[in-house]
Amino acid sequence: MAKTQRPPRTPMPEQDPKARARNFDEVPLGYTPEMAQREASRCLKCKKPACRKGCPVEVFIPDFIAEIEAGNFQRAVDILKRKNSLPAVCGRVCPQENQCEAYCIVGKKGEPVAIGRLERFAADWERAQGAVKIPEIPPKTGKRVAVVGSGPAGLTVAGDLVLKGHDVTVFEALHKPGGVLVYGIPEFRLPKAIVQAEVDYLTKLGVKVVTNFVVGKMRTVEELIQEDGFDAVFVGAGAGLPKFMGISGENLNGVYSANEYLTRSNLMKAYRFPEYDTPIVRAKRVAILGGGNVAMDAARTALRLGAERSIIVYRRGRDEMPARVEEIHHAEEEGVEFQLLTNPVRVIGDDNGWVRALECIRMELGEPDESGRRRPVPVEGSEFELDVDAVVVAIGNAPNPLIPSTTPAIQTSRWGTIQADETTGATTMPGVYAGGDVVTGAATVILAMGAGRKAADAIHDYLTKGG
Amino acid sequence: MFTIVEKQTLAPTVYRMVVRAPEIARKHRAGNFVILRIHEKGERIPLTVADKDPEAGTITLVFQAVGKTTSELSTLNAGDALLDLAGPLGKPTHIERFDGATVCVGGGIGVAPVHPIACALKEAGNRVIAIIGARTKELLIMEEEMRRASHELLVATDDGSYGHHGFVTDVLREVIEREGRENVALAVAIGPVPMMRACCKVTGPYGVHTVVSLNPIMVDATGMCGACRVTVGGETKFACVDGPEFDGHQVDFDELAKRLRAYVEDERRAMQIWSEQRAGHRCHG
Repeated sequence: MAKTQRPPRTPMPEQDPKARARNFDEVPLGYTPEMAQREASRCLKCKKPACRKGCPVEVFIPDFIAEIEAGNFQRAVDILKRKNSLPAVCGRVCPQENQCEAYCIVGKKGEPVAIGRLERFAADWERAQGAVKIPEIPPKTGKRVAVVGSGPAGLTVAGDLVLKGHDVTVFEALHKPGGVLVYGIPEFRLPKAIVQAEVDYLTKLGVKVVTNFVVGKMRTVEELIQEDGFDAVFVGAGAGLPKFMGISGENLNGVYSANEYLTRSNLMKAYRFPEYDTPIVRAKRVAILGGGNVAMDAARTALRLGAERSIIVYRRGRDEMPARVEEIHHAEEEGVEFQLLTNPVRVIGDDNGWVRALECIRMELGEPDESGRRRPVPVEGSEFELDVDAVVVAIGNAPNPLIPSTTPAIQTSRWGTIQADETTGATTMPGVYAGGDVVTGAATVILAMGAGRKAADAIHDYLTKGG
Repeated sequence: MFTIVEKQTLAPTVYRMVVRAPEIARKHRAGNFVILRIHEKGERIPLTVADKDPEAGTITLVFQAVGKTTSELSTLNAGDALLDLAGPLGKPTHIERFDGATVCVGGGIGVAPVHPIACALKEAGNRVIAIIGARTKELLIMEEEMRRASHELLVATDDGSYGHHGFVTDVLREVIEREGRENVALAVAIGPVPMMRACCKVTGPYGVHTVVSLNPIMVDATGMCGACRVTVGGETKFACVDGPEFDGHQVDFDELAKRLRAYVEDERRAMQIWSEQRAGHRCHG
């Protein structure tokens, strides 16, 4: 008897590439209940689910999927939220293909179960009901925790600790909570209303969120403990100063860091200038330097801001690009061009200090380097000019300097990242924990959440058992 | 929300606002700045702080209405509020008891950020010579405050309507000549880019260390976006966290001037739309 053939993975409807490349609405439209139940039925409900091993926050994956299949969507959400306080975000931006879905047994013989899409479905379903369920909160412990930064790490810590009865205050330097979820990830990939809904959920749980509060400037970490009476502090201050190539012409007008380009568009809504007051350069031809997810976000944003050509310039080959396959695929569908094995040499300006062109050189792959990837080497004499009127540099960030520079008791690495214990997030300052990009350097939302989860457990132990 | 408790017109298009912000007032030091947003659709703009009163829990902002945001800000009055205000940002001015006189030069609106620096230098026991200037007498601001913050106050106006007829740079040169180069320990020059550049040209040959405070375009102003990068001594620096004060002799002022003009067309358009809307509102009562 032939083995039963698993049905293929249920595709998710998406906006048409031509149309969506010119608007900021979300690209994937989400599953209907029928699609979700069909996809959920593909799950084998493994006794020892391998998928959970791939999840940094260890969501009970087969359990929530079983509830979706049975049509018990609220129960599915409840199970998700036991481990993940931001399911609507993670369902959208986690690199599932390298995590849960990479371990899925169904995926060994075909396509894995679309765990991320199902997670998103359940979270969206609950939000659409209008009434998000508030779980029971244990009695107050009387302990107070300060969370520095309201990005994915900070929000996870806040959600976990408030559910353990601690009093949590989140301090955000910007005017809106969400960190990279609001300033970095574009609306078309993660609608800001969803981030706001997740933050609102936390405030309903009792988390206090204070915006416009720059820890390190308004208060140091030490003052939060000694003067304001916080019993523990979690530092999730995120990415800091953007890195540049170090080539000439990078300070010409029209050259942006990806952080600035995306912040103007996402946080400040420059794509709606002049209705919103923040402007952004509406370039016709934009070069984006880098091959990660942030580069893809910037390239797709450029199209939506009206660019005729949006060109990724990346020094290695396609297989070496660190961006998610899905992001590369989306970018390509929308018309983003890829200049691979190409390295920028200098930015060329006009007399008024504006970008006119980008000089590049062709690369070829040589011997593997210490990262195991083949090292790109320049092809002599292959320089050429790319006519562009804007350049976005998306090659990463240094960690945020504000906390380390004002907190001598916290030790940092030679890269400026905060040194934190891998399993607890404990820093060299008692009662102070850290996680996310400020510890690891630029990484992913879910890794920051995973670090937040571990730190929250450790902070809880510290507060209840004295460390 | 941050309530405006006092508003005053200092000169045509130049305003002084006292804003309730106890946390910022407590921590503010000379040289720091704040970033604010007026309303939900507003942009984030950095402003220098002219004074603080930690007891009253207020800071004093002085600004000139030049673009849409500053013009809109100038229409707010006591009792109104700013939606967002964060600070103190940037590194504070390096203050010590210097071996020699200190000269504080403020041009136009730049007198406002010079004021707390002069106060701090005086308080640290320095002899402070202040030079303030404007295009014409009615644009000169904070004369009395600067007189109190210094041991000697000199004034210049471009048109000669008050004080020295000419630029602050002429007066700066005279002061260095009069005091003797070796008796001047520090110059601080804050104002429009051409004024700061000119002051550095004056002090350069004398070898007088000159601190300038730069005002590049900023977005987050907390060390995340990199909009405020300036070239100092051939290196890229971020004014919001590495500055805003730098060694004026090392600053690439040409680049700064060009970068400040990046959105000049957008700014003009925003200003025009806003002016038309306001005119429309007024007509309809």
